[in-house]
Amino acid sequence: MFAFIIKRAFQAVMVMLVIGLIGFSIQNNIGDPIRPLVGERVSPEERAEMAEKLGLNDPFFTQYLRFIKKALHGDLGISFIYHKPCTEVILKHAPATIELVLGAALIILVVSLPLGVYTALKPRSIFSKLVMGFSTLGVSIPVFLTGIMLIYLFAVTLGWLPSYGRGETVDVFNNGYWNSGLFTIDGLKHLILPSMSLASIMLPLYIRLIRSEMMEVLETEYIKYAWAKGLAPMRIWLVHAFKNTLLPVVTVFGLQIGIMFAFTILTETVFQWQGMGFMFLDAVQRADIALLNAYLVVVASVFVLVNTVVDIFYGFINPTVRITGKT
Amino acid sequence: MTRFQQFKESYFLYSFKRDKVAMGSFIILVMLLTLAVTAPWIAPMDPYDANNIDIMNSEIPPAWSDGGESRFPLGTDNMGRDMFSTMLYGLRTSIIIGVCAVTLQAAIGILVGLTAGFIGGKTDAILMRMADIQFSFPYLMVAILVSAIFQMVFGIGRYEELAVPLLVIIIGFAEWPMYARTIRASVIGEVNKEYVEAARIIGLSRPTIMLRHVLPNSLTSVMVISTIQVANAVMSEAALSFLGLGMPVTKPSLGSLIRSGFDYIFSGSWWITIFPGIWLILFVLVINLLGDWIRDVLNPKLYKG
Repeated sequence: MFAFIIKRAFQAVMVMLVIGLIGFSIQNNIGDPIRPLVGERVSPEERAEMAEKLGLNDPFFTQYLRFIKKALHGDLGISFIYHKPCTEVILKHAPATIELVLGAALIILVVSLPLGVYTALKPRSIFSKLVMGFSTLGVSIPVFLTGIMLIYLFAVTLGWLPSYGRGETVDVFNNGYWNSGLFTIDGLKHLILPSMSLASIMLPLYIRLIRSEMMEVLETEYIKYAWAKGLAPMRIWLVHAFKNTLLPVVTVFGLQIGIMFAFTILTETVFQWQGMGFMFLDAVQRADIALLNAYLVVVASVFVLVNTVVDIFYGFINPTVRITGKT
Repeated sequence: MTRFQQFKESYFLYSFKRDKVAMGSFIILVMLLTLAVTAPWIAPMDPYDANNIDIMNSEIPPAWSDGGESRFPLGTDNMGRDMFSTMLYGLRTSIIIGVCAVTLQAAIGILVGLTAGFIGGKTDAILMRMADIQFSFPYLMVAILVSAIFQMVFGIGRYEELAVPLLVIIIGFAEWPMYARTIRASVIGEVNKEYVEAARIIGLSRPTIMLRHVLPNSLTSVMVISTIQVANAVMSEAALSFLGLGMPVTKPSLGSLIRSGFDYIFSGSWWITIFPGIWLILFVLVINLLGDWIRDVLNPKLYKG
């Protein structure tokens, strides 16, 4: 087990180094690192002096090492748009994205569990067929279109819910970092449509996953034995069968949270939700290379971290994984 | 027995005829493809030609609602282009990018998968580790990040000029691990069979065995994932274009059409967004339905739900 953990950690570090290299070469090759510091109106001599002081004339590898060292201290450069350190900008935008993902995850759990179990228990009922039909339709609708249709229906036509922004937020710790919309009615209202559209893309997958896992469990010997023993159907379904479908579902859920972050970029664009994805696109459109780079590094680290932790965790549960040494 | 007869009596066709959903999807798909291919001839106007566009015609609602005009059956967009023609051209662009991107994915994936599965050992371990690592990042995220970087490297103007080939490359490289894994798995299944051994004994070279003998036997799995991958690629392209990282509005794909219409939805011009949206959903839906069906027919064991 120890060897497995070391191996996975080593791999994670390697991946991060490669991503750092990509990020660094972008920063190094496009854009001008001096411009955000001093502005446009500086004489060439002063610029040259500045470049020397910043070590821009050093060999590539030395600069790369310096970049890594700074990144490890949480210094990812200064954003050109916000005139602030990128790490700070990203930390300020992160809570919005996390709240959105939490909202969507909650919807997914509440909706997919009962639907998945029901369709597994009664595969031939009309309602189940309807649910499965809708889930095929659901995977075919891009997340931004779901968002647009929700806006058109609930915001433009019916006028029930707000269509953009986060609404009223509360500064939870009074330090300006975590502005939360979870504690005001207005904020929660603003959260409904974005989290619904973010949830819509994953929901069909979960319904299908839970359904197929549940159906598989229902075929096993111990369920047959439980029937033979004459247990009540509810007890068999919920206590014995359902409990055993949960492990794979939870594992997949852990991994897919990362994928949801990719879709937050789309959702946040549609709803002008001031999160990391929105900030990222803003950085791209206004050519803020430092911020783009910082986003790349931060998101990649989150992914690598989540994947490594899930893998190691899975190694504890399922010993065959660590013997072969594959994922 | 001729090829045609063989096909006529195959299980494939038999189950196709029995499945109404598959037949319906296939008919719609063929219709959409025909419309897309023949767009330059059947579209009432050429939306790429600035001479045809009159800004005075902008935001005309569909013909059946108040203020609609019969020469614009589905209305016009914010630039005064006929929605119907623009959608035909948009679908065409989306399909071209989708199909090319999947071809690229398949090419890379097949190359990597064949090499890894056939050579084995260290090469296999390294290649598959690479695929695993890329697989652990969601492909959409990879595509978005790479296109953002490309846009910065090339500059927006040049990026828009080169949008089609760049999108093909971005989407192609974002999703190759899927193919590599599938091919490798089926190659490993094939390699130890007797016909490969026989080929080796008569002295055929490794590339020949790989390409002429092992590959054709692994193609079924490629078929199964290819359909779904085309749908995915079209969706990715739409997502990138919607974010402004794909096709420019002057040469719209369905994604950029939806994006350009989204700004007008609040002023009530819903048709600029909703029609291309439905068009896109219809296309992706029929491919997904067909893909599900192909998976069931060719690979019944895989199917669980």
